[in-house]
Amino acid sequence: MLQERIQNANKEALNRILSAQPTLIGIGVAGEIVPGMTKKTILHAGPPITWDKMSGPLRGAVIGGLIYEGLASNEEEAIALAKSGEITFDSCHHHDMVGPMAGVVTASMPVWIVQNTTFGNYAYCTLNEGLGKVLRYGAFSEEVINRLKWMEKVLGPVLKEALELKGHIDLKTMIAQVVMMGDEGHNRNKAGTSLFIREIAPFVVQTSFSNEDKVEVLKFMNSNDHFFLNLTMPACKSTMEPAGGIEYSTIVYTMARNGTEFGIRVSGLGNRWFTAPAEIIDGLFFPGFSADDANPDIGDSVITETTGIGGFAMAAAPAIVQFVGGTPQDAINYSKSMYEITEAENNTYKIPVLNFRGTATGIDIMKVVETTILPIINTGIAHKEPGVGQVGAGLVRPPMKCFEDALEAFVASMEEKGLIE
Amino acid sequence: MSNINELFNKELKVINMGLKSFAEELKSQDIKVVHVDWRPPAGGNKKMAALLAKLKK
Repeated sequence: MLQERIQNANKEALNRILSAQPTLIGIGVAGEIVPGMTKKTILHAGPPITWDKMSGPLRGAVIGGLIYEGLASNEEEAIALAKSGEITFDSCHHHDMVGPMAGVVTASMPVWIVQNTTFGNYAYCTLNEGLGKVLRYGAFSEEVINRLKWMEKVLGPVLKEALELKGHIDLKTMIAQVVMMGDEGHNRNKAGTSLFIREIAPFVVQTSFSNEDKVEVLKFMNSNDHFFLNLTMPACKSTMEPAGGIEYSTIVYTMARNGTEFGIRVSGLGNRWFTAPAEIIDGLFFPGFSADDANPDIGDSVITETTGIGGFAMAAAPAIVQFVGGTPQDAINYSKSMYEITEAENNTYKIPVLNFRGTATGIDIMKVVETTILPIINTGIAHKEPGVGQVGAGLVRPPMKCFEDALEAFVASMEEKGLIE
Repeated sequence: MSNINELFNKELKVINMGLKSFAEELKSQDIKVVHVDWRPPAGGNKKMAALLAKLKK
């Protein structure tokens, strides 16, 4: 019976997700460690996209990436090179990578190395640059390039050595703690950043670098409440990846946006992307900005919601409504509604105010289409022009079309196998 | 007919599915009511409802 096959396949997907053990192993250089990376490869957030379709922030980040790598010396040269066909653009997701906002990754960048030790698979993510005018929001000024160079020459190497001294860090336990402390792991990472600095600081101090470098590294992490985001993301990526490719499963194992399109991938449909135009985020804007300035939804950070944290754990982070709008009761209601579209409750990420109920985990495309309830995503809003930066924060949903197209493809696949009369 | 009369002479406990305003009307008259947030499958989208039905066999 088809229904039974689907149920068993979804149970298997959830078993894999819930038994994951995302662990921070160390830091590497993208060009040396990320599968398929070359000097002329630029990885980006979201489903595959070509230069001509890229939105402002992603274009700006590509320009910045090319200048940083020394492949272009200014904006004009970078644009010409990006258009030339010499640069390979690809989704981070195709290379075991995830990237926040524009998510641009180039060969020289230091990356976190996270391993799901239950299944052995790896996931990578760049280190978070900080707030304001940064590459991930499409900025490419000299200040941005200089910061990236410092991250390559100082931040990465110091943290690499600190991690070698410390050993592995259990990210699953750390994320479970931060959900108890008022974070949700996507748009609120204050607790996670604090816990991480607490863990790593004694080892930063013990590294062979100068006092000046150690102080700069500690100050840098401390100045950025979202430093931990670049660890929750590969933790979630490494968790979800083994749940892909299970025949007959209707569980979503990837959600991602490139600033133009939103894409999902479904376990039983392998590597196929189902895409539709990304939505504009509804939220609160910083002074001087409005919805007219907003870029459509962008970034791989929605891998957090895919895994059952982020917006799905908003009830654990009521303070976030000060940034995205609404009331603490709204935050609770959003998280509760996610139980309607998921297969299980998380065995590790628990929400205190809901009597420590596990977060809604394992989005099922059948349930999304049947209930018309779309996953809720809690995210930052980028200015549509490159280089301006974050202009607000709010809530957004994926387009329903992604789930409808995926359902149609799934049924077609079952018909091809002769499982539907 | 007498069964219905009997029913309406007792305290009514109502489950309301669909339009929330019906439940609100009853509440305002102090009738015990639970509102169920029911919607037609796939929001009434016939194509999607048909696809879902195929997978439930």
